[in-house]
Amino acid sequence: METKPDINIDRSIGDFHYDVDYEFDAGTGLTEKTIDYICDVKKDPDWIREFRKDALRKFNSMPMPTHWASPDLENIVFDNIRYYLSQGTQPKRSWDDVPEDVKRTFERLGIPEQERKFLAGVEAQFDSEAAYSNIKAAVGEQGVIFVGSTEGLQKHPEIFKKWFGKVIPTGDNKFSALNSAVFSGGSFIYIPPGVKVKHPLQAYFRINAENFGQFERTLIIADEGSEVMYMEGCTAPKFETSTLHSAVVELVALKGAKIQYITVQNWSSNVFNLVTKRGLAHEEAEIKWIDCNIGSRLTMKYPGVVMKGRKARGEVISIALAGDGQHQDTGAKMIHAADETTSNIVSKSISIGNGRATYRGLVQVGRHLKGCKNNTECDALLINTDSRTDTYPAITVRGKENACQHEASVSKISAEQIFYMQQRGIPEGAAMSLAVNGFVNDLVQQFPMEYSVELKRLIDLEMEGSVG
Amino acid sequence: MSLKIENLTANIGDRQILKGLNLEIPKGQVHAIMGKNGSGKSTLAKVMAGHPDYEVTGGSVTLDGLDLFSMGEPDERSRAGLFVAFQYPMEIPGVTIANFIRAALQARLPEGEELDAVEYYEELYKKMDALKIDRKFTSRAVNEGFSGGEKKRCEILQMAMLNPVYAVLDETDSGLDIDALKIVSDGVNAMRSPERGFLVITHYQRLLDYIVPDVVHVMVDGRIVMSGDKTLAHKLEAEGYDWVEKETLATA
Repeated sequence: METKPDINIDRSIGDFHYDVDYEFDAGTGLTEKTIDYICDVKKDPDWIREFRKDALRKFNSMPMPTHWASPDLENIVFDNIRYYLSQGTQPKRSWDDVPEDVKRTFERLGIPEQERKFLAGVEAQFDSEAAYSNIKAAVGEQGVIFVGSTEGLQKHPEIFKKWFGKVIPTGDNKFSALNSAVFSGGSFIYIPPGVKVKHPLQAYFRINAENFGQFERTLIIADEGSEVMYMEGCTAPKFETSTLHSAVVELVALKGAKIQYITVQNWSSNVFNLVTKRGLAHEEAEIKWIDCNIGSRLTMKYPGVVMKGRKARGEVISIALAGDGQHQDTGAKMIHAADETTSNIVSKSISIGNGRATYRGLVQVGRHLKGCKNNTECDALLINTDSRTDTYPAITVRGKENACQHEASVSKISAEQIFYMQQRGIPEGAAMSLAVNGFVNDLVQQFPMEYSVELKRLIDLEMEGSVG
Repeated sequence: MSLKIENLTANIGDRQILKGLNLEIPKGQVHAIMGKNGSGKSTLAKVMAGHPDYEVTGGSVTLDGLDLFSMGEPDERSRAGLFVAFQYPMEIPGVTIANFIRAALQARLPEGEELDAVEYYEELYKKMDALKIDRKFTSRAVNEGFSGGEKKRCEILQMAMLNPVYAVLDETDSGLDIDALKIVSDGVNAMRSPERGFLVITHYQRLLDYIVPDVVHVMVDGRIVMSGDKTLAHKLEAEGYDWVEKETLATA
């Protein structure tokens, strides 16, 4: 098939798309037949087929959560979405083997280059399936498993089955049920006891097709005393129609293990991004979510940590940037389920134009527990008068010897401040970038260098685009 | 070569503040505008800078022949060589002085060219030392929690780093004690040059003992009504503004 020359090229990095010839296409709409099609293509075992069909029933029976969430959810037309599109289910181990039409997308996004520079392993997902997946030999030799979810399910069923769907049950929410019905792609990672993976593992999720839904499923298990850092990036071209991204990410940190999960998303403004992320931290284990939400039409995401073992630790660091016409509905969930567990939430949101940022936090400490601590900080920056920010903290602390503190602040960058910066010669977009970067700077310093550079670049682009 | 203001009229909302103002500052000179509160002095500074709240309804301002109003955005006017030190400098939370001035200098470079960080800091420290600003200030957010005197010194530091062709100092003396006034004036005097013009807007004659002007103008109700040498400032200080208003009314 002939491919068109560059089309849809815009100022924003991810906003381009090449036509691709799909071998497998489940068509539009979601029925049992769609699920059978996906299972047949992926050669799923029977228990997964049943798992998916049960999830579909749950999805169909659950209402949209519009009694508390944005009514914009009603604008998702599930019948118009394509649920599975791929060129095959086997990812390539070498970029040379990746089909040209897909490879050039990832090259343009700089993925092979980043892999050479600083990553221990990469998985690059294109619509429903990974096109490329590889880890450095030295990391593989330590017994680290880093494959797509399909391969994880087929080749490592003993680990996969034990934890799959255990941190986030199918019926956790309507979109976790949807993901459980049609999931494809995402990563399966297992780190053996005591292994500390020095360099980050990275996944890149790319939506290329119009009217498409991407439903990756990621499961990371860090065995006792191991450590891993996982980073994900995501982009999509801007289409007139809406695109759905609904992932489920489950993390399991066994005794003394550490997982750091970093997301830098840059979705185009037609994407509904409805993601469920949760980690289970055993005794003395640590799970840290670093979540940077830029772009999308509506993002709903509240990464959580269930601290199940004594002295477990959970942390959510999030940055949300709501530009004109966008709604970032983000937050964190911390469930303290053992003594002496500690959690920390730092959330910074920026609203520009009529962009809207919402923080929802849930902190629970049970009555019988002691020595638990939570710290929550929510800071909002409003740039110009139309923007809106809401904070909904829900903190339930029972028991006597537990401590919890919550701080919130709202700052504003007014037209007067922008004018002042402009009088010094700084263009309006750059002035807003400067203010935003200053606001998030203390958090960004915690990121790996490559990601802080990337984040700064995304903020600059978003600000340039928001100058009226 | 001059900063030339011709028949300038400007409104805020429906209210006319500048009512046909004429003024020319040849390069190399320092001019002062004195006037009572509400005479339109600060409006003049903001209109030249391009503040969005003001509407220019007539007249022109040119920088060495370049039409300021056709430049549009305030940042373009700044890069063309106009600097305004404000009476009430804005606080910019989260943005350090070092990063702020660096961004302003970076904006003056052609695309793709990077400011040399080492040279930049050398220059910044040199100018901070001259203005007796503690080097620790580089990592403080612009004007945040600064005293009145610190804010004004920070304005002069920015001016010294950006090297404007024409600088407008709006009530730079307000909120300064005598020591700070000397430091700020020394900073301005050090920048006096045949290649630069200054417009010093002030309410009091005191500042003009330190920054000695070539010409003093008196502003009443949106116009320059009288000009003279520095002795005019002394006369205003001694006798107030009433006689000026009477004289202008008599000639009107």
